[in-house]
Amino acid sequence: MAKNDVKLLGAWPSPYALRARIALNIKSVKYEFLEETFAPKSELLLKSNPVYKKIPVLIHGDKPICESLVIVQYIDEAWTSGPSILPSDPCDRAIHRFWAVYLDETWFPTMRGLLAVQGEERKPLMDQLSEGIVLLEEAFGKCSKGKAFFGGDGIGYLDIAFGCFLGWLRVAEKITGLKLLDEAKTPRLVKWAESFCADAAVKGIMPETDKLLEFAKVLAAKMRGAPPKN
Amino acid sequence: MADEVVLLDFWPSMFGMRVRIALAEKGIEYEYKEEDLGNKSPLLLQMNPIHKKIPVLIHNGKPVCESLIIVQYIDEVWKDRSPLLPTDPYQRAHARFWADYVDKKVYEVSRKIWTSKGEEKEAGKKEFFEIFKTLEGELGDKPYFGAETFGFVDLSLIPFYSWFYAIETFGEFNMEAECPKIVAWAKRYLQKETVAKTLPDQKKVYEFVGQMRKRFGLE
Repeated sequence: MAKNDVKLLGAWPSPYALRARIALNIKSVKYEFLEETFAPKSELLLKSNPVYKKIPVLIHGDKPICESLVIVQYIDEAWTSGPSILPSDPCDRAIHRFWAVYLDETWFPTMRGLLAVQGEERKPLMDQLSEGIVLLEEAFGKCSKGKAFFGGDGIGYLDIAFGCFLGWLRVAEKITGLKLLDEAKTPRLVKWAESFCADAAVKGIMPETDKLLEFAKVLAAKMRGAPPKN
Repeated sequence: MADEVVLLDFWPSMFGMRVRIALAEKGIEYEYKEEDLGNKSPLLLQMNPIHKKIPVLIHNGKPVCESLIIVQYIDEVWKDRSPLLPTDPYQRAHARFWADYVDKKVYEVSRKIWTSKGEEKEAGKKEFFEIFKTLEGELGDKPYFGAETFGFVDLSLIPFYSWFYAIETFGEFNMEAECPKIVAWAKRYLQKETVAKTLPDQKKVYEFVGQMRKRFGLE
C-alpha cells in the first residue's frame, strides 16, 4: 500500500498516539506521521475528529478512525498479514481489553493528576499508582504464561495499552523520587518494560524521558495557572 | 459439556441491560443473579475484585467484566448466530467509537440531571441535549445506528430508554420534544422482542430513581 494511504495525526508526547504508531510498526505499515500543531488545532484535526477534536487520528485512505484503542483494534483487523495484536482466545481478549480500560479510566488519570499538585500531595497519588502497578504485575503473570509480553512471544494489545505510558511513568518517578516499577515488588514488569522498549516496533519512537520531563514541567505550570518556568 | 453462563446484575442497570439483550439476541440460556449493591455478594467481590461492579458474566467459572467488553466476548464466543458487530474493519471501528462515546457521555450526564438541582441541573440538561444532538446527527436518516439493522451502538444506547421517563420527569423536560429522532429510534428498536422483553418498565425505573433521590436528600 502506498505510504500516503495511511496518515497518523499525533503528537510526540502523547502516549495515545504512541499506541497507534507501535501497532502500525508491528504490522509493518508505512505511514506518514503528522505532528499536530495545536493552538490553534489544525483544520485536518477538526475535520477528521469533530466529536472530540483530539489526537491521535488514523486516516486510512480518506477514512478517519479516532480513539487510540479503537485505532489499535482497527489496525489489527485491517492488516491481517503480520502478527496479531489481540489474542485469538475470546477470554484472553476480554482480559486484555479489561486492563486497557482500567489503564485509561483509572490508572492514567491518576498519573495526569500528579501534574496538577505539588510536594506532599503527590504521595497519595503515587501510592494509588503503585497499587495499580502491583495489580498489573499480577495480571502479567497470568497473561504472559511465562513469556516476555502480555501478548506472549510478541507485543500484544495490553503491552501496547500499558507500554505507551512508560515514558510518563519514568517522568513521574523522576519528579517524585519514588519508584513505580521496582525490582523487589514488580520484578516481572521491570523486565517487561526493558523488553518492550527494546522491541523493534517501539525503539526509536518512544519519547526520551528527559524531553518528556521538560514538557511535563511546562504542562504542570500551565495546569497550576503559573507562568511557565524556563 | 453444556455451557454454564451466569450473569451478576442489578435490574435497573443500563450496563446490565446491554448484556441481557446480547444474551437474548444470541439465544443463550443463563442464570440471572440479582445483586444487592448495598450488600455485595462474595461471588461478585471474587469475580470483579478490581471494581466490584455489575454486570459480570461468568462463563464456565471465568469472569468477564465491563459491559461492552462482555458484549464483544459474547459476540466472539457465540459467533455462529446474530452478529452484534459488523464484519468490515472500518465499520467495526465506527461502531466501537460510537459505543465508547455513549459510554463516556450518556451515563454521567444523565446522572447529573437526576442527582442535582438548580444551576447544576440546568448545566446537566444543556450538556444532555448537546450529547443527544450529536447522537441524532450520527443516526441521521438511518433506521438504526447500525444502518439497516440494529448493531453494537444501538445495543449500547437502548438501555437508557428505560431511564428516559425518570430523566425527563426529574429534569423537567420532554424527551420526545427535545430528541424526537432518538425517541423514534428507540420505539422502532423496542419492536424487537429481545429488547422489549429485556428492558424494565420506565415507571418502575422512575420509582427506583425517586427512592435514590430520597436517599441523596433531593426529595
